[in-house]
Amino acid sequence: MTGKIFTARHAMGQQVEAECLSANDGFSARYDLNRLEGRFSRPAHKLFGQSYHGKILVLDTAKGGVASAWMLYEMKSRNLYPAAIVFNTVNPILAQGAAHAGITMLAGFDVNITEAIASGSRLRIDPAHKTVQVLD
Amino acid sequence: MKLNAEEQAMLAGELGPVRQAAIAHQIKVGEFFGAADMVPVSQSHIMADTESLGEAGVEWLESLTKNGGKERVVRIPTITDPRGTDFNKAKQLGQTDQMISLERRAIAAFVKMGVSMTDTCINYQTIMAPGFGEHVAFGDTGVVIYSNSICGARSNFEGGPSALAAGQTGRTPRYGFHLDQHRQPGRRFRINWRPQTLNEWGALGGFIGKHSGNYWEVPVLEGVEGNPGSDSLKHFGAAMASFGSTALFHMVGITPEAIRAQDLNMAHLPVRTIERAEVMALQGSYRVTDEVDVVVFSAPQLSLLEIRDLAALCEDRKFKIPLLAVTSPQVKPDADRMGYTETIESAGGTVFAGMCFYQSYAREIAEVNGWKRLATNSAKMVNILGGYGYTPMLASMEECVAAAETGRLA
Repeated sequence: MTGKIFTARHAMGQQVEAECLSANDGFSARYDLNRLEGRFSRPAHKLFGQSYHGKILVLDTAKGGVASAWMLYEMKSRNLYPAAIVFNTVNPILAQGAAHAGITMLAGFDVNITEAIASGSRLRIDPAHKTVQVLD
Repeated sequence: MKLNAEEQAMLAGELGPVRQAAIAHQIKVGEFFGAADMVPVSQSHIMADTESLGEAGVEWLESLTKNGGKERVVRIPTITDPRGTDFNKAKQLGQTDQMISLERRAIAAFVKMGVSMTDTCINYQTIMAPGFGEHVAFGDTGVVIYSNSICGARSNFEGGPSALAAGQTGRTPRYGFHLDQHRQPGRRFRINWRPQTLNEWGALGGFIGKHSGNYWEVPVLEGVEGNPGSDSLKHFGAAMASFGSTALFHMVGITPEAIRAQDLNMAHLPVRTIERAEVMALQGSYRVTDEVDVVVFSAPQLSLLEIRDLAALCEDRKFKIPLLAVTSPQVKPDADRMGYTETIESAGGTVFAGMCFYQSYAREIAEVNGWKRLATNSAKMVNILGGYGYTPMLASMEECVAAAETGRLA
C-alpha cells in the first residue's frame, strides 16, 4: 500500500509524519491508556502494552467518556502523546480534545482505514487536504 | 460556519480574550463536523476531575481567571460533574495532598468563572432536568444520554473545554444531536424479557452499546412494557454510553421521541432480538473470581432511593471488606437526615459525596489500599476499571452487599 493516499471527511491540525499503530479497535484516553507510562493498558485492547508516544494511531472509533477532551492536552503537556489520531468514525470528545490540545486528527473514510493501513507503516498526514499517505 | 453579529464580535475579541478563545475553539470543532452555525444553549455541565485535567489542565483554567471579572464569568447556568475526591474522606481513600491541592485549585478557578459547583453526574435527577427539545451542552456521557433519550433534550458529548466554552459563549456548534436528522435510529433491538435489577439494566445497556458501534448510531429498543423508572434507565443509559459511546437511544412506548413506533423511521431496520442469556453472559464474563477486595457503588452517583435500598440491605450487617457508596452533594444531606448514611456506615460502609470512584485516581488508590477485585452493580464501572488495573465484577446490589460481609461473591 506504499504511496496510497486516503481522503478523510473531517480533518484538523498540522502536517505530521510518523510511524503508525493500526488496529480495528476503539480509543479512550481514560479506558485504554496508562498515561503515565505512555502505553495501552487495557488488557482487552488490541494494542495492549504498546507505546503510543510519537506514533500516529489508526483506530476504528472513539469509545467511552468525556475525559479524553482534557486528557490529550494533559498528555501533550508531559510530551507523552500520539503524533496524530486517525479514525474510521470519531465522537465529539476526541475532536474537542484534539482541538484543545492541538493534535492532528482525521476521521471518516470510504474504506475501513484500520484494514487499509498496516501497523508499523510510516504515514504522512496533511489536514489541509484531509489526506493520509502511506510512505512505507 | 455562519456567525451572527454577537459571535463575530466574540471572535474579534470585542467581548474579551476568554470568550474569543472559547468561540475559536468551538468554531474549530464545529467546522470539523460541518456545523452550519451555532445554537444557543440554556445550561452547561462541565466534566473536569483533576485526574483528567492534570497539572496542565488546572494551570490552563487558572490562566483564564487572570482576566477581569466580567470577561471571565460564564453567561449561562454552568454546573459541574463529580470531583476527584470527597474532601472529608480523602485520607480514608489514600489520596495524596497533591491530588487534593489540585482539586482545590480547580474548584477555585471554576468559582472565579461563576461556575456552580454541583459536583454531580445525576443533575437530571437532582438539579434541573432539561425539557423536551431544549438545547444544552452537557459533559458527562451518562448525563447526555439520559437528557437526550429520557428528557428529549438535545446535546452532544461536550468535553470539559467545550462545555466551559459553551458556558462562556452561551452557545455551541449546531451539529450531531442538535439536528433532527441525527436523531433517527440506525439499529433496532427487541427484548422479550425484562431486566429485574440495576445491574441487569446496565448489562442490557452495555450490550446494546457494544452492538451499536459508535457515537452516531442511535439504537431503538422495543419490548419494554411499562416505564422502568429513573434509576433503571440511568444505569441502562450510562452503560450504553460507556460501552458504545452512544449519546441517544429510543425505547418504544417509553421515551418521548418514540411513544409510538411510527414516530420513528425504523420499519426498514432489521430487528436484533436480544436474549436474556446473552446479556447475562456479558455480565458473567467479568466474574473471573469469587474473592472480593472492595465493593463500590458509583458511576453513576446513587440517587436517594438507591441509597435507601442500600441502607435496607446493610441493616444489621457487619462488613469484612470496604463498601463504598458514592452519591451527590444534593442527596447526601437527605441520606444523613433520613438515617440511611448511619445505617450504611454502622455496617462498616462509607458514604461519599460529590465524587466519582473512577474519577478519583482509581489506580493510585487501588495500590494504596490493596484493592484489585472489585464488585459493583454498575455496568459502566466494570467497563472502565479494567484499564485501571482492577478486576471488576458485575453483580446485583444484594450480591455486592453480601460480598462485603463475606469477602466473596456468591
